[in-house]
Amino acid sequence: MANPPLIDIRKLCIGFSGRGGTILPVLHDVDLAVCRGESLGIVGESGSGKSTLALAAMGYLKHGLEKIDGEVIYDGVDMFARSPKELQRIRGGKLGLIPQNSGQSLTPTLRIGQQIDEVLHLHCTLPKALHEARAIDLLTQVRLPDPRAILRRYPHELSGGQQQRVAIAMALAGEPDALLLDEPTTGLDVTTQAHILDLLRELAVTRKMAMVYVSHDLGVIARVCDRVLVLYAGETVLIGPAAEVLRDPAHPYARALLASIPRLCDQQLPRALNGRPPSPGSHHHGCAFAQRCALATETCRTERPPMTAGAGSQSTRCLYPDRVSEIDIRGGGGAVPMVCPADSPPALTLKDVTIRYQRPSLLARLRHRALNPATVEGISLTLRHGESLGMVGESGSGKSTILKAIAGLLAPAEGQILLDDNTLLGTTVERRRPDQLRRLQIVFQNPDASLNPRQSVAEILSQPLRLYFGLRGEALQDRMVALLDAVRLGASYLDRRPGQLSGGEKQRVAVARAFAADPRIVLCDEITSALDVSVQAAVLELLNDLKRVHGTAFIFVSHNLAIVRVLSDRVAVLYQGRLCEIGPTAAVYSQPSHPYTEVLLSAVLEPDPDHAPRLLTEDRAELSPPERGCPFQRRCPVKAGAICETDAPPWQETGNGHAIRCHLPLTALQNRICG
Amino acid sequence: MSTATLTARVVCILRDMLARPSGAIGLTLVGLHLVIAVTSPWIAPFDYTEMNATMTLSGPSAEHWLGTDHLGRDVFSRMLLGGREALLITGIATPVALLWGGFLGVFLGLRGGWLDEVLMRVVDAFLALPGILPLLVLITVFGSGGEVLMPTLAFFFGIPVIRVARAAAHEVVARDFISAARARGHRPLDIVRRELMPNVTDTLLVEGAMRWSWMLLGFSALSFLGFGVAPPRPDWGLMVSDARVYMSLAPWGVIAPVIALSTLIIGINLTADALAKTLGLDQSRKAVV
Amino acid sequence: MFALIVRRLALGLITIGLVSVIIFLGVEALPGDACTAVLERDAVGEALEKCRETMGLNTPALTRYGAWIGGALHGDFGLSANGQERISDLVGFRVRNSLLLAAGALSVGIPLALCLGTLAALRRDTWVDILFSTGAILAMTIPEFVAATLLILIFAIWLGWVPAIVLTPADAQPLEFFPEFILAAVVLTMLMVAHIMRMVRSSMIDAMASDYVQMATLKGVPYWRIVFRHALPNALLPAINVIALTVAWLLGGVVVVEVVFNYPGLGRLLVDAISGRDLPVVQAITMIVAATYVGVNLFADILSLALNPRLRSHQMRVR
Repeated sequence: MANPPLIDIRKLCIGFSGRGGTILPVLHDVDLAVCRGESLGIVGESGSGKSTLALAAMGYLKHGLEKIDGEVIYDGVDMFARSPKELQRIRGGKLGLIPQNSGQSLTPTLRIGQQIDEVLHLHCTLPKALHEARAIDLLTQVRLPDPRAILRRYPHELSGGQQQRVAIAMALAGEPDALLLDEPTTGLDVTTQAHILDLLRELAVTRKMAMVYVSHDLGVIARVCDRVLVLYAGETVLIGPAAEVLRDPAHPYARALLASIPRLCDQQLPRALNGRPPSPGSHHHGCAFAQRCALATETCRTERPPMTAGAGSQSTRCLYPDRVSEIDIRGGGGAVPMVCPADSPPALTLKDVTIRYQRPSLLARLRHRALNPATVEGISLTLRHGESLGMVGESGSGKSTILKAIAGLLAPAEGQILLDDNTLLGTTVERRRPDQLRRLQIVFQNPDASLNPRQSVAEILSQPLRLYFGLRGEALQDRMVALLDAVRLGASYLDRRPGQLSGGEKQRVAVARAFAADPRIVLCDEITSALDVSVQAAVLELLNDLKRVHGTAFIFVSHNLAIVRVLSDRVAVLYQGRLCEIGPTAAVYSQPSHPYTEVLLSAVLEPDPDHAPRLLTEDRAELSPPERGCPFQRRCPVKAGAICETDAPPWQETGNGHAIRCHLPLTALQNRICG
Repeated sequence: MSTATLTARVVCILRDMLARPSGAIGLTLVGLHLVIAVTSPWIAPFDYTEMNATMTLSGPSAEHWLGTDHLGRDVFSRMLLGGREALLITGIATPVALLWGGFLGVFLGLRGGWLDEVLMRVVDAFLALPGILPLLVLITVFGSGGEVLMPTLAFFFGIPVIRVARAAAHEVVARDFISAARARGHRPLDIVRRELMPNVTDTLLVEGAMRWSWMLLGFSALSFLGFGVAPPRPDWGLMVSDARVYMSLAPWGVIAPVIALSTLIIGINLTADALAKTLGLDQSRKAVV
Repeated sequence: MFALIVRRLALGLITIGLVSVIIFLGVEALPGDACTAVLERDAVGEALEKCRETMGLNTPALTRYGAWIGGALHGDFGLSANGQERISDLVGFRVRNSLLLAAGALSVGIPLALCLGTLAALRRDTWVDILFSTGAILAMTIPEFVAATLLILIFAIWLGWVPAIVLTPADAQPLEFFPEFILAAVVLTMLMVAHIMRMVRSSMIDAMASDYVQMATLKGVPYWRIVFRHALPNALLPAINVIALTVAWLLGGVVVVEVVFNYPGLGRLLVDAISGRDLPVVQAITMIVAATYVGVNLFADILSLALNPRLRSHQMRVR
């Protein structure tokens, strides 16, 4: 490109001081350049230094970090050499940031209007009288409904998606030439994410801004970026045009990463990436990825590879750019998912389960006040022996709530939960027999919370073994080692505490603890969502193995449709605590389908430059389900009419156990909603 | 937890604390005070009642290192002996306060419901009583012997512990590992013992160290006001109170017990601070990356 | 919002009610009563009976509690143990004097504590912070009577700048206390500043490390504007309750300092009353102090509810 880059980072090294005054690097020799109108994606797993890099581009380092070497040139001048006055002028003005977690990045005690006004006051030449009009204009640009009301709200009164839009509006208020985005859609629902990305793409095109987009999600990068930089352990390992990097990356790590991402169309499990990345600040000779690389040779471990030309116009930090194609990048190259026979008997039956979080107060009952709609209502489903049932839905869909009720941690207000199809389970654990409890185990979303930090792995695993089987001494020890082997951790882990384990290892311990009970049914609550993609694949593989070996039935709750697809025999789609659709996985993921399923499926992002999500409905956040009619009535793109608001939709069978709950006839649901 | 692992953990915590400057200084100060308290009857150069009528309010000399008080008693000896009663009484009352307050707090935190609601109101009411007033009233009526002071201190200093323990229990109960244990079907008592208490005891340990220093402050204030240790037995608070009148003539009489008392309390505070940091309970500590 | 305040008020009233019961029962449980205290050795037979009758001590406890609390609500705490003085007259000036002392300490202490705490947080881990924090720990750990004694030694005896103790009678004009009560006010200010400063420092450190302060920096907001507009309001919210506790303590629990300086406040009256076994006075003072404590905390609760938008709607949702 002829014009000089707007952001030009050269040989940037950033580190923190460890004990004894040694400098531990977080970023190592990073170079990048972004021109006006270009967008660069920075991809990496947690601890790769990607957020540090984005913030460094603004001349900002978090507390404790220091620049060791290199330059961050913005518009011709090094950001770290600028005076505080100049930095204040540029930051938030010509150089804007959209932060990862807008909910926490907006000052809680200031109204949205005051915060936008502050940016206008600092960076905009408009006369004060026009500020409010400009703020409303900005909020309209980011497609927020009723901007005038939003100005008067406090941050916590907005939904996650709305907060993110406000943050975008605030960055736009400074009329930036360059925009840094630090995981701006992480933690948002798929439909909201798709909407925000759509907005960002449009902004990038219309405003000719330079964009640096940091994300762990290759799907997001594929959607918005022209070029991609892959970071691994603080080093650039690959840089190149987005289409090339996503189709045929020239670095083994990028290839393995691509293969570990589950995709909607996959028939097989994603391929897991073994090992874990070096922790931030650790020193290594040679290639940082050598330990996990399938191509690694002795040279790789001793010699740090330079950046060299790879396939197409990519540059890669690999000694063997010609051999990288040996690593398969196709997702779904992993294990074959275990399928359960369709005629196996039921292991768990839910009949009309309804759950309310708030119990009606005495006063409300005396006044005969109508109850708020229940959080979860009328859930009836069957889980067969050896089957895995996926439950998908966005936040607030009640999927975790249902799991808690099945586990007996939350008493349903109405309905029954039966073991097999004949043994009625008590509403809470206190009313269940030990044997019933043993057969039903739960694994929680966040292993940091579900493992007692004060117990060693041995203590954690011994609890169910003692409780259910009364194991002692040698027998206990042997069983614990066997369990750790089963989750591919060794006996050496017995003495460690959760604080000494990585996220993936912790989740394996949690899985091992569940399997220690030799359960018939395991409830998995978003168990991979706190993990990095490459680690996630390994946990999925583990679950599949356990299912094959033990014939255990799973209920697998997730917001990620691709994960649910590869792991599940059947899928249930939930919206606002009500079932929308249920049936064999293949049937649910194809036509005909419920409008909400369709909305979810089309919003999924894939790491594929040719794939674009479709936005079928607005991403309005709903706080409580409607009192009557179809739960999806307020957002449905193909609403049948007034009947949706008054009558609960009927179940329509398509055969093979696939049922859709909608007023529209199946023929209308047969066709894809838009082309 | 078995005795062996418990000992290992205590050793581990102590080693970690000693590695911090605050812990090293704090533990040294507290240790020094304890050693002096135990050995002072043997190492003190004079008996605490021994009066030297010819040498009242004298300054430091070779014979009386820190001079003498208004009755001609050796200040240095009285300083060495002056912490024994305070340390003994608070040393027993603190753990008792911690135990009963801690148990009741955890119990209420877990049980909730009407009992929790009612008892917490009573706790609030007790906390509203001004400072050392209840102590003063009880002592004036029943006398100020250790047999009155100890249970009284243990009772009144246990009340704020209820709040702390209850809040800590609330915080831990909300975590998933408690749900996991419940879902497995462990008995409630086992869950409390195995899952909950190890996490609450850390908070209580730090709280206990802080309570100890406050109790010492309270105890010395009582002595100072004349409601604590009865003369002629030596006590730092009482010594300050006595020597205050002659402050302009013999400042050593005030300064010596002041230094003794202050070093002990500062030592306890530094220890508590180091303990909190070692156990990871320090709020202001943030990870670098 | 309104319902929440009503709820807090009700809880406060319940607490005060419970306090009154505890105080009444506490005194009731003690051996002896006002008559045995007044009559001392003569407290036998007829004289005791007669005294009890005149003081109404023969009626059931519940009736006496009702009469006491009814009077207290009107500001009338009855007569002192010797039957000579009205407690309200005795206490009136003392309350004023204690308030005077508290006002002196608060008016200097709160602004000072906020400034020092903020400064220590902003200059975290520098010599400024270390100096302030160490000072605060010293001020908090040294007993009040020790600090008071040392100050007297230095400023009254060695330097002779201010009088060592207060000799002004309780019912003097407020201005007459002026040079004498300075040292007492200084001791209280030191303690208060230490407590509040530490709290402000730690919550300010949290606020400055928060995502929203980082975001404000990266929006190009000037440093001092970040401090005052973004960080400080959020840091002060959790400090409100600590300030309230300190204020409540100042208004009631400063027994030791008042005794050391011979200051004619509520605290000294309390010690005198206890020494003289004047139980009605003890009851009255305790009740006043407890009510102040509850009132100040209630005020702080309502204030933080009003100032914290997050708390406000969170509480409403929880309910």
